[in-house]
Amino acid sequence: MIQISPHAEAALTCTLDERSLYLRRLVLGSVRSAGRGHVGPALSLIEIVRVLYDDVLRIDPKNPRDPNRDRAILSKGHGCLALYALLADRGFFPLSELDGFCGPDSILGGHPEYGMVPGVEASTGALGHGLSIGVGLALAARMRERSYRTFVLLGDGEINEGSVWEAAMGAAKHRLDNLVALIDYNKLQSYGPTDYVLPLEPLADKWRSFGFAVQELNGHDVGALRTVLTQVPAAPGKPTAIICHTVKGKGLPAAESNADWHHKNKLTDSELDAIRVAVGDF
Amino acid sequence: MRNTAMNMVYKLAASDERVLYIGSDPGAGTLRAMSKEFPKRHLIEGISEAHIIGMSAGLAMEGFVPYVNTIATFLPRRCYEQVAVDLCLHNLPVRLIANGGGLVYAPLGPTHQAIEDIAIMRALPNMTVVCPCDADEAARLMEKTLDWTGPIYIRLGKGGDAIVSKAEHGFEIGKAILMRPPGEVLMVSTGIMLQRAIATADLLAAQGIRAGILHMHTVKPLDAEALLQAVRGIKLVATLEEHVPSGGLGSAVAETLIDKLGSGLPAMLRLSLPDRFMHNYGSQDSLLKKHGLSANAIATSIEHALTASLTSAPQLHST
Repeated sequence: MIQISPHAEAALTCTLDERSLYLRRLVLGSVRSAGRGHVGPALSLIEIVRVLYDDVLRIDPKNPRDPNRDRAILSKGHGCLALYALLADRGFFPLSELDGFCGPDSILGGHPEYGMVPGVEASTGALGHGLSIGVGLALAARMRERSYRTFVLLGDGEINEGSVWEAAMGAAKHRLDNLVALIDYNKLQSYGPTDYVLPLEPLADKWRSFGFAVQELNGHDVGALRTVLTQVPAAPGKPTAIICHTVKGKGLPAAESNADWHHKNKLTDSELDAIRVAVGDF
Repeated sequence: MRNTAMNMVYKLAASDERVLYIGSDPGAGTLRAMSKEFPKRHLIEGISEAHIIGMSAGLAMEGFVPYVNTIATFLPRRCYEQVAVDLCLHNLPVRLIANGGGLVYAPLGPTHQAIEDIAIMRALPNMTVVCPCDADEAARLMEKTLDWTGPIYIRLGKGGDAIVSKAEHGFEIGKAILMRPPGEVLMVSTGIMLQRAIATADLLAAQGIRAGILHMHTVKPLDAEALLQAVRGIKLVATLEEHVPSGGLGSAVAETLIDKLGSGLPAMLRLSLPDRFMHNYGSQDSLLKKHGLSANAIATSIEHALTASLTSAPQLHST
């Protein structure tokens, strides 16, 4: 059985503020325009990405390739709608691009592509790649004596991949305390509950045993995210893993913890009405 | 060939701070000198090849030129998605040094024989595939890898392959080397099949058959210009490769001739390993011999094909 942590329970009942609702409207607007999109995986990520891009990352949208910028990789590339909303809102590209999501002339595909989207550090979508690339980036910072940090956002289903744990061993070996792994632990993957598909618990202990300093929090609690993410590394000489207990589809009652909203094709009129009730007109 | 390639990594590292060596779990002696002189740029990362490819991608994104070294089979087979996505999609300058391409690990069985690696790597956009023929050529190749755009798959033989390459031929990635001018036959070979091609040409010459040799050390991008030049006026082109028949040198040559010539093709003989795993041990040489890739067998195949080509329409032959 899934071990219900207090953070997971808090994530279920967490109230969303106006900025979180606004970002959800951007995400759902893209889905409405494209007639498709990974809704659940994006909505579980909103607050994590929001705090990263609003409060943590040292980045300049006008100079997205600044060598001293912090690096962030969305390893769970299918959650890209959350990333696109934040990048557009922060000025990496115009908000109008969000309407073209998955369209023939768009820079925004169903998975983020390096070189196409300003602010995207790596092409992701094939799962289990991001942490290894992150190890390389963090190691390069060490070797070049640069102060940038590397953040990698992983899905809970994604960490079924063995390559993630190879990368975890490598990060610990090199004592990469400039590397932060954020796990979006919404406990639901495409087929069903992670506890059914491939149990992950005891998840915090796993990361700890692989040599990471581990923090756990409610991944929808903006204040908690801000506190933890602005105090990395969690321990000197160790990479940090932050397990973010989240709710898949957070903010839309019909979508919450509902595998049918993992990927959505075309929103019906009644679904659009329900979205307006939940997050406001969009 | 392997030792030479490793020594070249050390030499390149001494002259260029971008150069990194990344090994999985190689023998203890591999680049020991480099580990002492440049310990931060000598990385041993364990038997975690998929991770190593991703890590090398991250390092290359930051301006390093990583040379990744492991056994040939593990790069294309185990790491295909990482190579495709992390290296080729990002078009990063990571160099994959594949030890024991082809049948070098014959005694260790099918898990260690890289007999389909050229096809796998050749299929990837942005990937360059190079198969040097001997240690001297491996050294010339390695010098050219430093500033080549994009990833490179370097298929190495073993130590002790006869030195047949010549310094005066030079070396450019993507530029084939005409070792002997074509007569009625042109052999196109890659990697250590060049040694067999030379021996074959001598046998054929004794039979009064003039056979040229085009050493196609770079299978991708294939040097179409050199190939088209060399096949002019010949009766038979024979490709020689230590690889399965699908997708390797023979396929690349056939595709290029069809694409560029369309009609008026020379007869073609594709000599390769059969389309199956090698369930025999022994040595690289004994397995090549068993599958018709010794000089004697190649010469016989060419003589038969030449006779057939004179009496029938152009056609493809394959072992």
